[in-house]
Amino acid sequence: MAEQPKKEVVLNATIEEPLDLLRLSLEERVHVKMRTDRELRGKLRAFDQHLNMVLSEVEEIVTTRETDEDTFEEIYRQTKRTVPMLFVRGDSVILVSPPVRAS
Amino acid sequence: MLFFSFFKSLVGKDVVVELKNDLSICGTLHSVDQYLNMKLIDISVSDPEKIPTYAFSQKLFRDQVDTQLLADSCRKELAEAKAKQ
Repeated sequence: MAEQPKKEVVLNATIEEPLDLLRLSLEERVHVKMRTDRELRGKLRAFDQHLNMVLSEVEEIVTTRETDEDTFEEIYRQTKRTVPMLFVRGDSVILVSPPVRAS
Repeated sequence: MLFFSFFKSLVGKDVVVELKNDLSICGTLHSVDQYLNMKLIDISVSDPEKIPTYAFSQKLFRDQVDTQLLADSCRKELAEAKAKQ
């Protein structure tokens, strides 16, 4: 019985499917790229197979593109906002990047 | 099921739902289903002028829909669909 918890730890550390990467990123800060030019950075609290996620202490960066009428120059504007706790519906997620680990 | 339970635990709390068309709706979470459809009560919109469709739909829903007829038609359709099976 004493070996039971140890075995579980070993199992939890294995990567067998893509979403295991997210499992290992739980309670870490992740970077999420979203459709409609949005990015999120926040602590991953929960996720499911649809990539629905709950993030906390989130910084959201919205990039808007405008074209200057005279020069046709494209201007990118970034607006930031912070959200304490956020549920993200998975269908708007493009990619999730785990935290950079100092190894 | 995880997020269904998560939202069930939030029933009665004040939430903000941001829709895909950028409309943000603040309200009290009344109920949620397995698809994460949500019903909010006592809603308000932070910037109603920005999205005229909201003001329009509110007026539409309040004044112009015969809800009784709508419900009866819905029952009729369901009954017809069932009869076809």
